[in-house]
Amino acid sequence: MQELTRDALLARAAELLENGTVDRVLGWKRGEFAYDVTPAVFKSADEMKESFVWGDFCGANFSKYLIAETKKSENKVLAFLKPCDTYSFNQLLTEHRFDREKVYAIGIPCDGMVDIAKIREKADGIASVDTNGDKLIVHTLFDGDVTLDRAEMLAERCTVCKSKKHVAYDELLGEEGDVVDSARFDEVAKIEAMTPDERFAFWQGELSRCIRCNACRDVCPACTCEKCVFNNPNSGVENKSPANSFEEQMFHIIRAFHVAGRCTDCGECSRVCPQHIPLHLLNRKFIKDIDSFYGEYQAGAEVGSRAPHINYTEGDIEPSDAVKRGDENA
Amino acid sequence: MRKLAITKLNDLFAAIAESEKLYIPVDGKTGANYELWAEGKTLSDALNTVRSPKDFFFPQTEDMMAFKTEGKKIEIIDTREECEDFVIFGVRACDVRSFAVLDNVFLSDPVDSYYKNRRDHGLIMSMACTRPAETCFCKTFGIDAADPEGDIVCWRVQGFLYMDAKTEKGAALLDKLASITEEADSDVIAEEKALIRARMEKLPLASLTTDAFGPGKTDTFFDSPEWKSLSESCLGCGTCTFVCPTCQCYDIRDFKTNNGVIRYRCWDSCMYSEFTKMSAGQPRLTQVERFRQRFMHKLVYYPERYNGLYSCVGCGRCLAKCPIQMNIAKVMKTLGGKAND
Ligand code: SF4
Ligand code: SF4
Ligand code: SF4
Ligand code: SF4
Repeated sequence: MQELTRDALLARAAELLENGTVDRVLGWKRGEFAYDVTPAVFKSADEMKESFVWGDFCGANFSKYLIAETKKSENKVLAFLKPCDTYSFNQLLTEHRFDREKVYAIGIPCDGMVDIAKIREKADGIASVDTNGDKLIVHTLFDGDVTLDRAEMLAERCTVCKSKKHVAYDELLGEEGDVVDSARFDEVAKIEAMTPDERFAFWQGELSRCIRCNACRDVCPACTCEKCVFNNPNSGVENKSPANSFEEQMFHIIRAFHVAGRCTDCGECSRVCPQHIPLHLLNRKFIKDIDSFYGEYQAGAEVGSRAPHINYTEGDIEPSDAVKRGDENA
Repeated sequence: MRKLAITKLNDLFAAIAESEKLYIPVDGKTGANYELWAEGKTLSDALNTVRSPKDFFFPQTEDMMAFKTEGKKIEIIDTREECEDFVIFGVRACDVRSFAVLDNVFLSDPVDSYYKNRRDHGLIMSMACTRPAETCFCKTFGIDAADPEGDIVCWRVQGFLYMDAKTEKGAALLDKLASITEEADSDVIAEEKALIRARMEKLPLASLTTDAFGPGKTDTFFDSPEWKSLSESCLGCGTCTFVCPTCQCYDIRDFKTNNGVIRYRCWDSCMYSEFTKMSAGQPRLTQVERFRQRFMHKLVYYPERYNGLYSCVGCGRCLAKCPIQMNIAKVMKTLGGKAND
């Protein structure tokens, strides 16, 4: 259950709208079912009262929306940011992607978001979902209520949450948390332990499901190019669908390289993938390597930091050493 | 009507697979998908497949022809292969209707010979939906989940698979299977249909109607101010069009090889910024217009062109898969006014 209530967020947003600090609010909007929450811009407290939600299905990270939203008006927009969202927020600021002055950021604590796909493995015909402490009560169309452990239904990214601490905000609602010592590299280590053939088979199995909808790229707060190379008819690699499976893998590998050092591990790519491809594992591998080659680095932890691999220092690992390590793994 | 014990399903699959390629929904790591049946593969219990069966007739990519150059000579190579007969088992009512939507587009003049080749060779064994999902709204488009279209319709009731042939092609296949199936009484099926229809009435989207939409409604909706807020957070990713069983847009591309070119086509999406790009650019400048296109096409343009048939079949895939959870049901509720309150 989320500690902070919807009412608390509503009340504060209403005040800020009322006193003119902001003239619109980026928030989550209620849908048809418990889980189909849509990011939306609210213009008034009344609109919010009607359809604003805050709960276990508010996973969407608003940071990237700020790029477009801040261009629409001279006035400030209110954005609610969960701890992990604040890292994306900072990273975007580092890359000068939006005007900080046009945002009023409220940090809100988060107790993890629920993954509807996990609930679907346990129940079908999901009419609605209520949270009761550490339990989820799923009201189904055919089998009555099904009670599930909330902790088990959390999204993968939330089970290995890296930080309960907000790294950016104008104001904080609720209690501040700490950076967490999470087990987020365990899955990566498992893949590293595979033989090259196993690893190849693993990724081929995963990536072959890709339908190249580009949702992963489009939601990614690190993917903010005005025109992606894969959308540019003049680039020679533009593609709406893969010509073959090799090309498909190239898309993901190129994307992972391009966001290396800038990916904050927010987990949005894996959340939105309709084929449930664990894309975050590719990016986490890069983060893990950067950590071990150059010392620990968290993208977005502060505004203005440079990723180690684009920031020369004398102690940097020799490229030949990196190659050697690669050969040893081959 | 014929029947067979569910425990004997494997025998049925084996018998069909003897003469034709058989595809069935099989559980995978992340949901069910159609796979070529082989000994050991079992039927998924999932309501529907993640990818729609339109892939069988209109695959995501396919080679159309190739060009080979040698000096100044260009050779044109026909890459088409005559398709073999195949059977798709377990297609849901919504998805069966999607074939009719695609047929209108691909089989009317000029006939798409690539599509037709596959369509002529495919036989559809459909399956009634005993446990519809909360995202289902096929009924909105006049589709009966209790009694799907198809060459052979199947129901799973009380430990048996009931099969009823609806076409000559279907009857011929059922005849071939006569030795492993038995004659069945259709009373059980009448009860099952009533049960399914009662369940459909209880679905959250049961009252959604198309009343406000259809032929002639372009002017009513084209300039609706709501398009802006509806499309506000749309990422333009195209997931909705790629999982949709009825989306039919494609692009034709050349893939350069060392000494030639492979011309292939691949799905395209009206949600993309490079969709229908012309010399003057893309006619739909922002995501608002692109978003509007998708829903106007489903609810107004297509029905206008094809006798009132809607090109959404209510399968619910886009409801489940859109990263921002915007979808056709929300659009219909917002624009449909009183009819959809
Ligand atoms: S979201 Fe998933 S299916 Fe879509 S392009 Fe990315 S990896 Fe592929
Ligand atoms: S409606 Fe949803 S799935 Fe479709 S393009 Fe927009 S964000 Fe993607
Ligand atoms: S628009 Fe959505 S619900 Fe309608 S047929 Fe396409 S995927 Fe299914
Ligand atoms: S125009 Fe859009 S909605 Fe219509 S078929 Fe093409 S991709 Fe689908």
